[in-house]
Amino acid sequence: MKSDTNPTRRSFLRAGLAGGAAIAGGAGGAFAAGDPLITEIQDWNRYLGEGVDARPYGSPSQFEAHVVRKNVPWLTSDAVSSINFTPLHELDGIVTPSGLCFERHHGGIAEIDPAQHRLMINGMVEKPLVFTMADLKRFPRENKLYFLECAANSGMEWRGAQLNGCQYTHGMIHCVMYSGVPLRTILEEAGVKPEGKWLLAEGADASAMTRSIPLEKAMDDCMVAFGMNGEALRPEQGYPIRLVVPGWEGNMWVKWLRRLEIGDEPWHQREETSKYTDLLPNGKARRFTYVMDVKSVITNPSPQAPITHGKGPLVISGLAWSGNGRIKRVDVTTDGGRNWHTARIDGPSLPKALHRFYYEFEWDGSELFLQSRAIDEDGFVQPTKDELRSVRGTNSIYHNNGIQTWYVNKDGGIENVEIS
Amino acid sequence: GAGKHLKLGRAATPEEIAAWDIDVRPDGLGLPEGRGTVAHGMEIYDENCASCHGDFGEAVGRWPVLAGGQGTLQAERPEKTIGSYWPYLSTVYDYVRRAMPFGNARSLSDDDVYALTAYLLYLNDVVTDEEFELSKENFTEIQLPNEPNFIDDDRREEPFYAEKKEPCMENCRPGKAEISMHAAILDVTPEDAGEDDQPAGGGID
Repeated sequence: MKSDTNPTRRSFLRAGLAGGAAIAGGAGGAFAAGDPLITEIQDWNRYLGEGVDARPYGSPSQFEAHVVRKNVPWLTSDAVSSINFTPLHELDGIVTPSGLCFERHHGGIAEIDPAQHRLMINGMVEKPLVFTMADLKRFPRENKLYFLECAANSGMEWRGAQLNGCQYTHGMIHCVMYSGVPLRTILEEAGVKPEGKWLLAEGADASAMTRSIPLEKAMDDCMVAFGMNGEALRPEQGYPIRLVVPGWEGNMWVKWLRRLEIGDEPWHQREETSKYTDLLPNGKARRFTYVMDVKSVITNPSPQAPITHGKGPLVISGLAWSGNGRIKRVDVTTDGGRNWHTARIDGPSLPKALHRFYYEFEWDGSELFLQSRAIDEDGFVQPTKDELRSVRGTNSIYHNNGIQTWYVNKDGGIENVEIS
Repeated sequence: GAGKHLKLGRAATPEEIAAWDIDVRPDGLGLPEGRGTVAHGMEIYDENCASCHGDFGEAVGRWPVLAGGQGTLQAERPEKTIGSYWPYLSTVYDYVRRAMPFGNARSLSDDDVYALTAYLLYLNDVVTDEEFELSKENFTEIQLPNEPNFIDDDRREEPFYAEKKEPCMENCRPGKAEISMHAAILDVTPEDAGEDDQPAGGGID
């Protein structure tokens, strides 16, 4: 195409000839002869770019290559039954790009040909049924935006500040538009018997993930989804179908869904006895802790996204959500909870979905202790971590929705801390 | 509702249901015919399980610990095992049969799983006789020690939720905020951590 195709390098060399001071000044600084990015004709302004046949399925710009899921190897024994994290600090709005949605598998990613996938309904039903994917796509559909949060999100922070970045402390979450069939529609096709009170959902992967779900919830707002963000589910999100259990812990959103059984008692499966039960200081453990409580986090600035522009206008951006419904309000503090300012929620406010909030202010360059505090439409206020620990101790693993603190130093560097 | 059925799908056959519906409940519903002894379970365990879970259920590396830990649930670092934490034996049978060995699930016979379950009881001192045989018939006679210690979700009764009070907005706390704990001191975040760094807190599983 051209001899010198590296625009960054070329601009740099030209700017260098114009004088070092121009580079140091940056795009917003003073230039003796003007910014060479403006005064010089750039490659992309002269030469032709790629045609429409070059990218049949597009990818992010090469300059966004750092915006990726990351894992923390020491958290689990193996990458197959493990977790990775959504890069919340680089995202905005409320919809998570499909390729960045965090993953949690217990037997790796099942790769299933939809033509070979089956969904069975059995147990206390009038007529046990088997569906193909073609069958499922003939039911009336709905589209809903929901957050999915792992029960263990922030679980590593129960004992104190440990991981330095909201991707790691809060990134076991995503929020996408699901397309699919209401679960109730499919269950009614089989005919639930009156004694049926519980639903067991089972996955087709090597972990054969199972959870017991109260029938009331199953008949309320659950979905059997085959689409996310307008296209088919990604394999790592359960292609060809997954269960959607709005507001409830992510483990229950069974991926690669292959079976729905109706029963009169819960099954007490491994994922609701050994796991996803919450140990308390008296040695007792809570079970069936389904709802993900009201929670928020400032995503930017944050440890992975320090303030680099110096004093002056500063945008604080964050996410808030509640398994109970909509977020009513988010408050932000810059002094560690001494004084609070009500933030601005921007974009759609949908039940059991992420909400985006902003708080804009003039930063004078002094150190900050940033926190956010969400309140949901049921009136539940996001608690502090100390309030949670005062009741639950530090060995619950799951359901840590405590208020997060970021310490901002005078240089704009940011750290995950606990404060008193 | 009635009259809205679309008549999609087809009837599931008994053979299909039997192939997929292998779940077992605490009351024994779903248990297959079969039996196995502690001694036979040890042979199966040593061949299929010990490389991850250790010779005595103590685990290798970060793989799950299966035995021991009784009396540690109120400790600083609880050890949650089948013997110390799990409420029901049915979950052991069910989970081993559906998902273990890791990487070769569904490879054990129903009798093998009875034998393995018997051996796991033995490793946890719930049974002490190597000749003990677990079967469909005597399965529900076994109780695990921690069964009484599970309670249903009562988070709504926690004071910060029960009160639903309007939170403070101004002059909420005296003095200046002081840092009591730094993540950077632990230095276990992947971008910054070295190979040897160990976390201070728990994992997620």
